[in-house]
Amino acid sequence: MPDAVHQSIPHDSAALHVGGAAIYADDVAEPKNLLHLAFGQSPHAHARIVSMNLDAVRAAPGVVAVFTSADIPGANNVAPVFGDDQLLASEKVVFVGQPVFLVAAISAKAARMAAKLGEVVYEPLPAILTIAEARAAGSVLEPAQVMARGDMTALDVALHRVSGKVEMGGQDHFYLEGQIAIATPGEAGTMHILSSTQHPSEIQHLVAHMLHRMSADVTVEVRRMGGGFGGKETQAALFAAAAALVAEKTGRPAKFRVDRDDDMVMTGKRHDFEAEFDVGFDDDGRIQALRLELASRCGCSADLSLAINDRAMFHSDNCYHLPNVEIISHRFKTHTVSNTAFRGFGGPQGMLAIERVMDTIAAHLGRDALDVRKVNFYRLGDATPYGMEVTDFVADCIISELMETSNYAARKAAIESFNATHPYLKRGIAVTPVKFGISFTTTHLNQAGALVHLYADGSIGLNHGGTEMGQGLNTKVAQIVADVFGVGLDVVRITATRTDKVPNTSATAASSGTDLNGMAAWNAAQTLRGRLVEFLGGDVVFKDGKVTVGDQIYRFGEVCRMAHMGRVSLSATGFYATPKIHYNRKSHTGRPFLYFAYGAAVSEVVIDTLTGESRVLRADLLHDAGRSINPALDLGQVEGAYVQGLGWLMTEELVWDDKGRLLTHAPSTYKIPCASDRPEILNVELWQAGENREPTIHRSKAVGEPPFMLALSVLSALTHAVQQATGSSMITLDAPATPERILAALRHD
Amino acid sequence: MSQVLRFLLDGEVLELRDIEPTTTVLDWLRYHRSRTGSKEGCAEGDCGACTVVVAELSAAGVVAYRAVNACILFLPMLHEKALLTVESLGGDHPVQKAMVELHGSQCGFCTPGIVMSLYARSLGGAGTVEADAKDVLAGNLCRCTGYGPILEAACATPFAALDETLADRLRAMQSDDPLDLPGWIAPKTVDQLAQVLVERPQARIIAGATDVGLWVTKQHRSLPDIVYIGDVSDLSDMSETAEGLTLGAGVRYSDAHAALTRLHPSLGELVRRIGAVQVRNSGTIGGNIANGSPIGDMPPALIALGASVTLRRGDVRRTIPLEDFFIAYGRQDRQPGEFVESVFIPRPTGLYRVVKLSKRFDSDISAVCGAFHVTIANGVVTAARVAFGGMAGTPKRTMACEAALAGQPWSQATLEAAALALRQDYQPLSDVRGSSEYRLTSAANLVRKLWFDGVSVLDVRPVHA
Repeated sequence: MPDAVHQSIPHDSAALHVGGAAIYADDVAEPKNLLHLAFGQSPHAHARIVSMNLDAVRAAPGVVAVFTSADIPGANNVAPVFGDDQLLASEKVVFVGQPVFLVAAISAKAARMAAKLGEVVYEPLPAILTIAEARAAGSVLEPAQVMARGDMTALDVALHRVSGKVEMGGQDHFYLEGQIAIATPGEAGTMHILSSTQHPSEIQHLVAHMLHRMSADVTVEVRRMGGGFGGKETQAALFAAAAALVAEKTGRPAKFRVDRDDDMVMTGKRHDFEAEFDVGFDDDGRIQALRLELASRCGCSADLSLAINDRAMFHSDNCYHLPNVEIISHRFKTHTVSNTAFRGFGGPQGMLAIERVMDTIAAHLGRDALDVRKVNFYRLGDATPYGMEVTDFVADCIISELMETSNYAARKAAIESFNATHPYLKRGIAVTPVKFGISFTTTHLNQAGALVHLYADGSIGLNHGGTEMGQGLNTKVAQIVADVFGVGLDVVRITATRTDKVPNTSATAASSGTDLNGMAAWNAAQTLRGRLVEFLGGDVVFKDGKVTVGDQIYRFGEVCRMAHMGRVSLSATGFYATPKIHYNRKSHTGRPFLYFAYGAAVSEVVIDTLTGESRVLRADLLHDAGRSINPALDLGQVEGAYVQGLGWLMTEELVWDDKGRLLTHAPSTYKIPCASDRPEILNVELWQAGENREPTIHRSKAVGEPPFMLALSVLSALTHAVQQATGSSMITLDAPATPERILAALRHD
Repeated sequence: MSQVLRFLLDGEVLELRDIEPTTTVLDWLRYHRSRTGSKEGCAEGDCGACTVVVAELSAAGVVAYRAVNACILFLPMLHEKALLTVESLGGDHPVQKAMVELHGSQCGFCTPGIVMSLYARSLGGAGTVEADAKDVLAGNLCRCTGYGPILEAACATPFAALDETLADRLRAMQSDDPLDLPGWIAPKTVDQLAQVLVERPQARIIAGATDVGLWVTKQHRSLPDIVYIGDVSDLSDMSETAEGLTLGAGVRYSDAHAALTRLHPSLGELVRRIGAVQVRNSGTIGGNIANGSPIGDMPPALIALGASVTLRRGDVRRTIPLEDFFIAYGRQDRQPGEFVESVFIPRPTGLYRVVKLSKRFDSDISAVCGAFHVTIANGVVTAARVAFGGMAGTPKRTMACEAALAGQPWSQATLEAAALALRQDYQPLSDVRGSSEYRLTSAANLVRKLWFDGVSVLDVRPVHA
């Protein structure tokens, strides 16, 4: 039997997925007296609620109860940190689609139809909808944050100086399984909530406050999500809290399964950003000073926007040393849905900005953009703008290897000769690197717990605080635990994440799932292994499902039985807190990350200069997952992240009207990549030399978010193609680079 | 008349009475039958998580398999057919094994639909034969994988043998009686259809329900009086002659695809990009016309060819040019009790090209769809028909552009003049698919592009170096 770790083992639920037998929240058999829910929603971006007449809603067929904010026994809040997101609007509405009242009916259809019948009188108020409007009105979540070091007069004395601006749109998560929660009232005021959430503990705490109960009264459970991507970190709470309120008030189980259109209207998205830069550099393109101003649309409340915008600042260097730098970050508050976590958590936006700076410098100097990137790479000992020394830089090694395997130089030459002759098609190619900091930048979140049971028959019950959203976390943690005992995965039973098993968990987010929960489970397993060793005495080897003690060989199950008979505790918790990290948010300095994950990508594109259409023809991705615990799952993360990033940058366009209404709220109008958008040639490799220099679990590296930013090579390649057409050194292509934006960039340049 | 809805599920003949006719197959499976493998991702036929396979007896008496979206398929549309869902496969089908071994699932929510699309392909299902794996999967969105492992699984999947007993079971179910449920009638012949519509002129005619399905799932509209034309066997006739192609209004896209490709490859390519397999397996050419959408893709392509449409009321037929059928936004030249019976599409005689511009290439709705039919003799344009979708409230010809082409030498200068002429005929709207300015600019560029060979970014392969 090979070791359980560093193996390409299929996802633990794969066989269930393909048979339609994996149970998601909506697949659980419905109890007879189940109520179904829908929200009455605000049609206004900003308005005062003058009056509400819900008689028609109550009288509608199938309606059992209707609730407003006045019915909430405790805190009317579903916000993660700042207490500023209401479950049901009490006096004012602050975005279109905001829940105003809650309908419980005998069917989902009855609830949804009735929810349209509310007679709510509003007094519309002036609404701030865009970054520009918020900037003009001074509408911010907090004062602009500044991360700076060095001497900005270097900008004035630099040999070359260029400024520019780029806008990037938001992104809907489009998890295939929409938001859903089922609340079931228990005895003595307890409540069970089955939720599709990345953050069961947060829902537990919010629901307890909302119902005026103790956290211990509320249990939140999640077996799996049909996709999360950050969209179920804070956004699941609204629907879970609504279900809990109805269950509390009616004494009946309540399910909130939100319609796709409502989901897209009512839940937050990736932040749209604007970035303006002013950069000074030498003849080689080496940056001497950079002033970068980031502005994001946060929406109507804080949600996680402060940390997201912090991370945009943290990644505004990407792989490049910025000796003199000033990064200014504006967090604008608008009357739109509150934007939230999405894979990369601000990192992609910050990184897009610096990559645009690189492309602009290269265009200005007429140099190869890769050469400009390389000359700016971190050298060992350099520090980031926030003062963290970069000690594990490998992007240069990865790029060198990738240049060979992708045949970059020859392809670039072939592309430029094609472009010289074709009347209306232009190709482009670009390489971009990724350096992504791993750890929650809010230090206290970097902790995890696990619970491991050895049953007397040798089977293993595994539970931890992380949640499974498709990334294969449960598989990896099971591999880690199986490896400790030298047993096969077949004896490890992965159980649903529950707040009554592991308490006070952090969200499964920030790519940290395996780093944190894997280590916590490893610690729990090591505790149990230690007890077995102590019980058995002497030299003990756990391997291939057998336990060898001196000359004696036992089956693992026999040892568990013996230990049980010997009255050894066969259950243990494990805990892990990430070491070494600290951060001072006032000065924006410290070591917020335990380590960095790296990667690089080459993308080749073609554009039609008459229609603005574009395609990615080929991409070569090389990514550092450290010593991968499960290469197949990690490759899946890399490829999936790249394609998701490609969608953000090419086809996924969120369109809002001038009343603050989202017009693209279904897959008919919001276009995530489909199978044919995957490049015809897509070579995806894990970097074989990868090994985490920090003692993470089996020296692996986090892999959920970092490869998302490999897709930035697509935008750079598109700008290369546009430049090939226009011959201009000005780059004006914004994201997403829809046909319309590409055509506009061609005309503008 | 049959008052009982009958269909096969896993070898069992189910007989349903007292059903709401607009109950979707997906809701029935999930919430009436507790058969939850098929998922709801969007309830509008765009994500494919609900994909099931419907098997029916073809006119030739063999079993035809179709992957379709259960979320917008009304239950009575299964009458005298067989329904196969992911649960029908048992778990050990080669498609399922390949998906597991190649790591084709991550969150798993789209997976049952993907399995069913690949399963339909393994059976030689409609719209999948000779189709690229990417086309087979264009209607199945996956947000996790990036599709690579799934496409690999598609290639790894051998074609399975047909289930011979299914044909017999289906044959045993067939009858000549129309299904007649409260609020739903499904005639079986064109003559019956004509009669029914004379009696119920206000009835809502439904063919594939790829649009009307959303009226129910999204708008919760009540449709009390439906005439379903999917069971009308002689409305699905196709005939190809030297002059052109005649399609019955009930011909589904996937069934017409080969004939339309033979008519002209550009038309075939357009059909490939209309919806995806599941939508083309349900949607009909007649429905796309009768629906009258300004962004339906077939009308401009057909108008440029000079297609005509035959309408029928009772025994009275009239044939009009297709462009005259579209009167204004949301208004067509169809009288109460009248229905679109067939469309005749002349064979192109000169340069013919259809170009669809959309944010995503597959399974998207056009921002602009331009269709050009230009005859050139001795270097002079002798005839030109140009029509666009997405540029006006209806699919519309551009007389100014045509006039700028006709009689002129075939040159870039002529095309430039023709491109500029578009602004005389079109004042397009701005919407989520494109601004007015983008539509005008790109449409004019499509005219300019006629000078070139028509290669698009879809034809370009990566460089070899």
